Amino acid sequence: MAKETYMMASEFVLNKSRSSELIIPNTKLETDVVAQSIKIESGRQLADIKISSKNLNVYYGDNHVLKNINMSIASNSITAFIGPSGCGKSTYLRVFNRMNDLIDSFNMNGKVEVDGFDIYDKSVETDELRKKIGMVFQKPNPFPKSIYENVAYGLKIQGIKKKSVLDDAVEKSLKQAALWEEVKSDLKKSALALSGGQQQRLCIARTLAVEPSVILMDEPTSALDPIASAKIEDLMTELKDQYTIIVVTHNMQQASRVSDYTAFFYMGDLIEFSDTKSMFLNPKKERTQNYITGRFG
Amino acid sequence: MSSQVIEILQEKRLRSQKSDNPFVARSHYARLNKFRDNSFKIVGIISTLFGLAVLGYFLIDIFIDGVSRINWDFLTSLPSRKAEKAGILPAWTGSAWILGLTTLIALPLGVAAGIYFEEYAKKNRFNHLLEVNIANLAGVPSIIYGILGLEVFVRIMGFGETLLSGAFTLALLILPIIIVATREAIKAVPNTLREASYGLGASKWQTIKWQVLPAASGGILTGTILALSRAVGETAPLIVIGALAYVPFVPSSPMDSFTVLPMQIFNWTSRPQAAFLVNAAAAIIILLVITFILNGIAIYLRNKWQKKLI
Repeated sequence: MAKETYMMASEFVLNKSRSSELIIPNTKLETDVVAQSIKIESGRQLADIKISSKNLNVYYGDNHVLKNINMSIASNSITAFIGPSGCGKSTYLRVFNRMNDLIDSFNMNGKVEVDGFDIYDKSVETDELRKKIGMVFQKPNPFPKSIYENVAYGLKIQGIKKKSVLDDAVEKSLKQAALWEEVKSDLKKSALALSGGQQQRLCIARTLAVEPSVILMDEPTSALDPIASAKIEDLMTELKDQYTIIVVTHNMQQASRVSDYTAFFYMGDLIEFSDTKSMFLNPKKERTQNYITGRFG
Repeated sequence: MSSQVIEILQEKRLRSQKSDNPFVARSHYARLNKFRDNSFKIVGIISTLFGLAVLGYFLIDIFIDGVSRINWDFLTSLPSRKAEKAGILPAWTGSAWILGLTTLIALPLGVAAGIYFEEYAKKNRFNHLLEVNIANLAGVPSIIYGILGLEVFVRIMGFGETLLSGAFTLALLILPIIIVATREAIKAVPNTLREASYGLGASKWQTIKWQVLPAASGGILTGTILALSRAVGETAPLIVIGALAYVPFVPSSPMDSFTVLPMQIFNWTSRPQAAFLVNAAAAIIILLVITFILNGIAIYLRNKWQKKLI
């Protein structure tokens, strides 16, 4: 476990906290510090830290898109990233499953850990990482295949061929994604024939089938109507018992409704990160206040 | 609008006050514009009809000359010195062999190169140079490919004056077209599809094999078929590598010598007897039918593919 990472993270949390009693001597075990500080801030039971980044800088060519980000994300919770377009929140999200690696001009330094393991270590295979850290995209992007094939794809590419195993996984994942009842009669139907909201839940089911522990969601409801969005939000709340969810959203109400923690990004800087309630009721930075009240961005 | 502009416009309008309706074009300039509009339309129609009329005249002429000559015997007979007995069996089987072998050679090479450029190659100067040169290759005259084929395949590689040499030569000729078509088809595959696949832990090759290629296959096939319909009409490179004008047998292996339909047509049209010209017309009809069928398949695939992606 990277002690330093936790220290940085804890410092960040501590710096923002209102009460001075949160300053805990450095001699104490660092993991406890983080756990305690977040626990105190959010007022709820806190599990472990799932993901942390330390001194993370990201560049696209000469463009410095993320500046020295230190942050810890609690497991089995929903963390929302908010901020105006181009603030780096999507880039940060894509750091966690190394999706940025697909971009030629991408460059970064710093450390990113999942479960205490450095995911940018040379020995890490991005394929294996992405099986553990699933992703749901902005626009529903089912494969132009049947519903069944969409969900089974992630398992088939891992060499699983046995039909009974695939059948079970497909059913389980579709049930988890609250889509089973709507599609069970015709799994052979093309996924493209589904509505936008159903397609997005199919994409979630497809992600769940691979059994990740983290789900990254990049504006998952921005292409959906309010009713379909509400279904996705309910689903997120249900899933957080088993998964760590990080969601990028432009919808302030959505962030305040579903998330446990919220991080506000602006121009590549992490401006504020705390539990959602205090972020929205009592933001500490003026810029955060201006953004969440709609005065800019 | 500045007052000066309004003045000019009003003046123009006053010049020909025929109607009260303010939306009627009154000014000289507006009417000139309308005239230009209409005249370009007519120029466009004439341009379109020019090409079609020449092609139509040609088709009708050929059809009148040749259609009565087409029968089962014509398709199944060997060439002969007597025009009435001569058939195109070696020619069309030779063309079919060439088509098949050329596809087998050019399709895998072209698709693999196209995939490399779109999915693997880094966007650097060297690869850009390669890309430009491949586009240039598509414009090299076919006779040059024939000379290349003669040297490389017939002589150096020792294939001789055979179907195989012909197929390799034509494969080189259409390779640039297939590469370009593959690249365009792969470019048209939405990136969201790749991201979805990578996001589930698929490797690059799995993503290409299961998502990119199936989505691009319509475009690749369309391009390949159009390239083949060009290859089936090629004569010059095959003459150079030594396709025979008179082949009294049906080729049975890639190492046989051969002729193709365009060669047979060329041969017959150079004979003095009128009856051979009729044979040539009939053979042209067969060649055109093959080309139209290939193009028809290409159009069908393109439409089917477009619907699928939407």
